[in-house]
Amino acid sequence: MSATAKATAAPAAHQGASYNYLNHDKSVWSWLSTVDHKRIGVMYAFTLAIVFLVAGVLAILVRTELYAPGETIMGPDAYNQTFTLHGIMMVFLFLVPSIPAILGNFVLPIQLGAKDVAFPRLNLASYYIYLIGGVLVVSAIIFGQVDTGWTFYTPYSSDGGSAVIFMTLAIFIAGFSSILTGINFIVTIHKMRAPGMTWNRLPLFVWGLYATSIVQVLATPVIGITMLLLLLERVLGIGIFDPALGGDPILFQHFFWFYSHPAVYIMILPAFGIISELIATFSRQRIYGYKAIALSSVAIAMLGFLVWGHHMFVSGQSAVSAVIFSLITYLIGIPSGIKVFNWVATMYKGSIWLQTPMLYALTFLFLFTIGGLTGIMVGVLAVDVHLHDTYYVVGHFHYVMMGGTVMALLGGLHYWWPKMTGKMYNETAGKIAVALIFIGFNLTFFSQLILGSQGMPRRYYDYIPAYTGLHQVSTIGSYILAAGLFLVLFYLLWSMFKGARAPANPWGAATLEWTHCTSPPDPHNFHHTPLVTRGAYDFHLADEVFGAQSGDGAGDGAHAPARLAGDGRVAEPQ
Amino acid sequence: MNNGSAWLPEQASTLAPEIDALFYFVKWVSLVIFVGVVAAMLYFMFKYRRRDAAERPVPVKESKLIEISWVVVPTILVLIVFVWGFQGFIKLNVAPPEAYQITVRAKKWLWEFEYPNGTTTVGEVHVPVGRPVRLNMSSEDVLHSFFVPAFRVKHDVLPNRYTSVWFEATRADTFQVFCTEYCGTQHSGMLAKVIVHPEAEFREWLNSGGGNFDEMPLPEYGAILYQQQSCNACHSIDGSSGVGPTFQGLYGAERRFADGSTAVADDNYIRESILQPQARIVEGYPGVMPASYGSLNERQLSALIAFIQQQQ
Ligand code: HEC
Ligand code: HEM
Ligand SMILES: [Cu+2]
Ligand SMILES: [Cu+2]
Repeated sequence: MSATAKATAAPAAHQGASYNYLNHDKSVWSWLSTVDHKRIGVMYAFTLAIVFLVAGVLAILVRTELYAPGETIMGPDAYNQTFTLHGIMMVFLFLVPSIPAILGNFVLPIQLGAKDVAFPRLNLASYYIYLIGGVLVVSAIIFGQVDTGWTFYTPYSSDGGSAVIFMTLAIFIAGFSSILTGINFIVTIHKMRAPGMTWNRLPLFVWGLYATSIVQVLATPVIGITMLLLLLERVLGIGIFDPALGGDPILFQHFFWFYSHPAVYIMILPAFGIISELIATFSRQRIYGYKAIALSSVAIAMLGFLVWGHHMFVSGQSAVSAVIFSLITYLIGIPSGIKVFNWVATMYKGSIWLQTPMLYALTFLFLFTIGGLTGIMVGVLAVDVHLHDTYYVVGHFHYVMMGGTVMALLGGLHYWWPKMTGKMYNETAGKIAVALIFIGFNLTFFSQLILGSQGMPRRYYDYIPAYTGLHQVSTIGSYILAAGLFLVLFYLLWSMFKGARAPANPWGAATLEWTHCTSPPDPHNFHHTPLVTRGAYDFHLADEVFGAQSGDGAGDGAHAPARLAGDGRVAEPQ
Repeated sequence: MNNGSAWLPEQASTLAPEIDALFYFVKWVSLVIFVGVVAAMLYFMFKYRRRDAAERPVPVKESKLIEISWVVVPTILVLIVFVWGFQGFIKLNVAPPEAYQITVRAKKWLWEFEYPNGTTTVGEVHVPVGRPVRLNMSSEDVLHSFFVPAFRVKHDVLPNRYTSVWFEATRADTFQVFCTEYCGTQHSGMLAKVIVHPEAEFREWLNSGGGNFDEMPLPEYGAILYQQQSCNACHSIDGSSGVGPTFQGLYGAERRFADGSTAVADDNYIRESILQPQARIVEGYPGVMPASYGSLNERQLSALIAFIQQQQ
């Protein structure tokens, strides 16, 4: 495209942004019945924000109770139900769907250069199935007064009546929505890529979602099978898990972890994808070891099915299985480590722009490294005997799940916010929030690592006075963390109403959703199907990002990083 | 947490030093890797910070050597740690054949220990110093887990089979036992103590049938039983309500039962409540008090009653 053509193309693009997926039809019904992947992503964002808020408040209640030994704000039964509700909501209703449902739905088709996912109606069905599952889960917990922790180990869980069966049923229903989303994404990635979008040019977020989808489709049925077995046991009195009937409670643990270990990869693989996007864009470098990262995600997804027994080293499973599980656990830990090295290496000789999304990516690197290394620690057989079921494990999985997945989600949310809403959030407030979250997180969970290795068991309502100091550090840390998260909520909502208008490509990124698409996108994403001629992070070939051409005319990426306003932020296009 | 280090509690078993060495090895290697990653990150962050919006860095060529080294080095480290952890695990799992055997029964929410001569204790286990001890454990209800931080041993306790832990204590002292498998309301109150005696003292204790309290005044002995028999897991003495009613102000008060009847809490009522807890259930409480206190002898019952009488 010639320089003159570009000059006329750019203003046209702005008119495009004023007609977009948000405002082309504003009725409530048009939202509830939408099959537009972008709107479904936004609906998930709202729903999951509420889930996260509720589960987060529960966490604050748990931490407050633990501020001092003995009763602080609630009794033991209330405490046990609170941590159970917190754990189940966070894991099954928030983390499992989170990144794929919100950001995957919004971004994946655009990154592929497609108009929508392969089965748009199925996509809407997934949302409603999730909603039904979510309501069932919460009501099963509250009416069944479930206090088993999120692991529902039998026979404790089956003693309390049928609540655990309803619970697994509800989780399976919610999980079904993951299966459908998974199938949808797999087909979309195989069939809907724009011309020129070869597998080697796919953004790594797409690769991460691809690997996740495989796990979702293969692992989720196991929770359904478990539910059926529980039901058979209850209705027909066949002894499967209940020792009173001649069943084996350890078998339940095998079933549980055969789903729930792969589920941790459902939670982390999409996060890996986001981190690759963020580090590449804000370093303006090709991802170091693109192929290694892409393929190792798929390898982790497969191997992830073979390590569930590392949750059961002291449960009474055979010592031989414990040894085998320990070995495979390490083999799968190595690719995760390599990814961290690759991301750091991507920054080498880059051009690093420390905007809020990048700060989240760096926070992720810091926290996830601790999470992975403590994972190696608990994978060491003899040491895990001491650490199992203590706060050390609680620390470990919060470093990976919150420090990993939630930080990536927040980074991704800030990164794609301008695209989703067409508004810029306040960068200063963003940076303050990252700082609060970073400090609060480490105070909360590092103290738990020490508590645990000192012997403090998990799921304790009360504790011996020697542990008081560290518990208080953890509780105060959690308040700082919460303050940071509330700040995020506040300025994001604010920006929707008062934020500056976002340009098409505020970060100077090189993937299709930025280079070929307005902010917010057109209802059909692109005016015409993009033609892909380079890899997702080939900044050296991405002339349109640097103003030489303006993509195919649909976006105004040409203006992006070329001019800067005083605060270092990309200027608003005139 | 006396004598412990910043990370680990005191060491009081023969296996603890080896496990701690492994813990610290992993910790130090992890720390080196972590510092390396963060230092590189911070250095790049500063060195390559964007100075001009139009910067277009030249793509970096991938180096095979670097990639191979960061696959191989962690793999070697991890294999070292695996083999070491494996050896420790085997030691933790194989008790010496001459180990002294104690039977452990776990139930919501107390630990009961039975010695070869038939002596039983609740809430505390007495063991000799310098001699391997093996606990054969089973549960009467749900899963529990027996954990002694100072010994670095832990194992789940199951309802349908026996599991075991073994340890050899290295000094005479008292150590904390925790239940580490979630088991309901009083999971965090399901505590016990390991009391390690010198060999001779242990013999003497065992032969006296679990301690000589004959000379002790009744209320004092009752206070000991209140802890030992884990009444404290469910009954407070400060007025706060737990699984069961508090003992404060119980003696002499009028009790209402689930079936609507009432009675005054005198000696006979308390005796019955302990021996046959299901006979009359206090209104507003579940009938979950264990029925296993029937084995308490007369003196122990009198001691408990005297102790409850004192809680006004
Ligand atoms: C597992 C929890 C538990 C343990 C352990 C336990 N109790 Fe109880 N106890 C209860 C409950 C629940 C009740 C009220 C229901 C009932 O009357 O059975 C109760 C009732 C009682 C009562 C009648 C109280 C009243 O308010 O009328 C007495 C006395 C009593 N327990 C004494 C003891 C003694 C002594 C011990 C220790 C040797 C003990 N309990 C151990 C749970 C427990
Ligand atoms: C380097 C990679 C990792 C290794 C080696 C590892 C290893 C382990 C091991 C051995 C345990 C069991 C500890 C115990 O119960 O005693 C464990 C627990 C756990 N891990 Fe990891 N892990 C890794 C990464 C992750 C990731 C990425 C996630 C999630 C995103 C995760 C989530 C969890 C959870 C939720 C638990 C606790 C489950 C429970 O008992 O409630 N881990 N990990
Ligand atoms: Cu796992
Ligand atoms: Cu317990």
